[in-house]
Amino acid sequence: MPSLLFWFFSLLMLIGGIAVVAFKNPVSSALSMVASFVGLAGLFIGLNAYFTGIIQILVYAGAIMVLFLFIIMLLDLKVETGRKPKLGPVAAGFALVIAFAIQLIGVLSSSPDKELPKLDLAAGAAHYQDISPKIANTLSVEQKLPDVHIIGQTLFTGYNLPLQILGVLLLVATVGVVVLSKRQTN
Amino acid sequence: MLLILAKVIILTFVVVLPLVPISVYFERRFSAIIQDRVGPNRVGMPLTLLGMKKDFSFFGLVQPMADGVKLFLKEDFTPAHVRKAFYWLAPALTVVPALITLAVIPFGSDISIAGQKISLAIADLDVGPLFIFSIASLSVYGITLAGWSSNSKFPFIGGVRSTAQMISYEICLGLSVVPVLMYFGDLNLGKIVQYQSQHGWLLLPLWGHDAAHPLQEKLLFLIPAFISFLIFTISIFAETNRMPFDLPECETELVGGYHTEYSSMKFAMFFMGEYAAMVVGSALIITLFLGGWSLGPWFDQWAAGLAIGSFKIGGFLNLGVFLAKLIGFILFFILVRWTVPRFRYDQLMKLGWVIFFEAALVNVFLGALVIAAPTLSAAVIGIGAVLLLVLCAAVIWVAKVSEAPAKRNSGLLLQD
Repeated sequence: MPSLLFWFFSLLMLIGGIAVVAFKNPVSSALSMVASFVGLAGLFIGLNAYFTGIIQILVYAGAIMVLFLFIIMLLDLKVETGRKPKLGPVAAGFALVIAFAIQLIGVLSSSPDKELPKLDLAAGAAHYQDISPKIANTLSVEQKLPDVHIIGQTLFTGYNLPLQILGVLLLVATVGVVVLSKRQTN
Repeated sequence: MLLILAKVIILTFVVVLPLVPISVYFERRFSAIIQDRVGPNRVGMPLTLLGMKKDFSFFGLVQPMADGVKLFLKEDFTPAHVRKAFYWLAPALTVVPALITLAVIPFGSDISIAGQKISLAIADLDVGPLFIFSIASLSVYGITLAGWSSNSKFPFIGGVRSTAQMISYEICLGLSVVPVLMYFGDLNLGKIVQYQSQHGWLLLPLWGHDAAHPLQEKLLFLIPAFISFLIFTISIFAETNRMPFDLPECETELVGGYHTEYSSMKFAMFFMGEYAAMVVGSALIITLFLGGWSLGPWFDQWAAGLAIGSFKIGGFLNLGVFLAKLIGFILFFILVRWTVPRFRYDQLMKLGWVIFFEAALVNVFLGALVIAAPTLSAAVIGIGAVLLLVLCAAVIWVAKVSEAPAKRNSGLLLQD
């Protein structure tokens, strides 16, 4: 039986997700999306993934959606709010949703319905004994999952090169955006 | 469960929320001293109403209560042209995030009743500073929505300014604190304060040296730590929309900025949100740089041993130390507000993006070099130092070059 908070955050997320589509006002839609992100972050935190949950809020709700909202508010979107939905796209959307739901039911019904095993902290501590004594110590003595340290350890030892390449890629994208926008104004 | 509820109620509503009116009172009295006025010093116990000869005024300390009652009793007027739902939502969205961030701040050392430890932080999360940044970043929505939903010009400009400002300075805020977190090697604020209590505050590392934490390393780290402190503190000023950076609500240009159309308690909630954000920001600075609840190792040890029977009360003493530091820092905030003139908008953006962003970025590498120095050979350290110097010179040169052709007064909103 999942805790009450699971249901709360799942409901928040689902209602937020539906509201994104249902609202005609773009600002309302953007805010519903923020609510949905906060719900998702709550679910992450419920799964012991504090870092992922917090980053979800920090990056998506706190930065990206703020920029979305900023742009939406600067544009005057009166046309969008007044338009009636057309039958074709709505029907196609519903068809997609139904197809996805059928697929989901198919997958869920074929997977065994049992509770996940509890987090095995002792095994984790044994695994990290050689790699990082600090993580092993947190796992065995404090009985906590040091998710930030584990993510950092994995990212910077196992996937260091891809991380660096991603960083350079992002930098290139940023420089590219600046160059393109400068060219447009001149 | 009951314990957490008690902690939430006591720490939020008994310890921190009263700090908001108290800091308003300090603001008014302190500004009065700065401007050679008297300030509110009359409101106290109206003993003359009870037939006594003189009123008793606690230096006007009851003034904030009178202010609160005044705000409650004012007419709550909603203009006809606003977007109602967002207009109502916005004040709440500014106050609530500021109060939620309080959850991870360690207000004092652990107290224990009959051997059962109770930490004086509501939630002892392992992602403390990140939690504060992420929730604080949500308070942008309140101000943005207030500006947009008011549906008139000045609030809108205020909201747009505020959004741009907060997004810009969030980056400096997050980046400047990276060396500090590398130094502590932990994101748990409680552990960070514990470490500072044992091995010296980050900006005052004068005690607790041992083989693992030699003095010279700590003193060397003072350089990146101080740069971090400077950038972090100034960015907190910008994040809380305090005076040198209060462009979103600057009276001479925008009437009241994003809260122009608000009245009564809704206005008061923006006010409360600003002051609560200031309290949280000060608390975070104190926790990261100035030793949190610790007051030197002797005091901490003495406080840790203090007990009435099986009830260890040292935590409350540490709580008192923390609050004293907090009030000291709030006074610093107020001093800055009444002495430093307001920035221009392009100056604000330039300070954030051209100076602080680069400085914080270089500072990350400087901090990393200082931390890694004991395990590196002298040649590597030398190369690293030279590279950093070259990087600094390049950044300063680029800043100088970019400054020359820029037109005056070309802020974000006034592009030609």
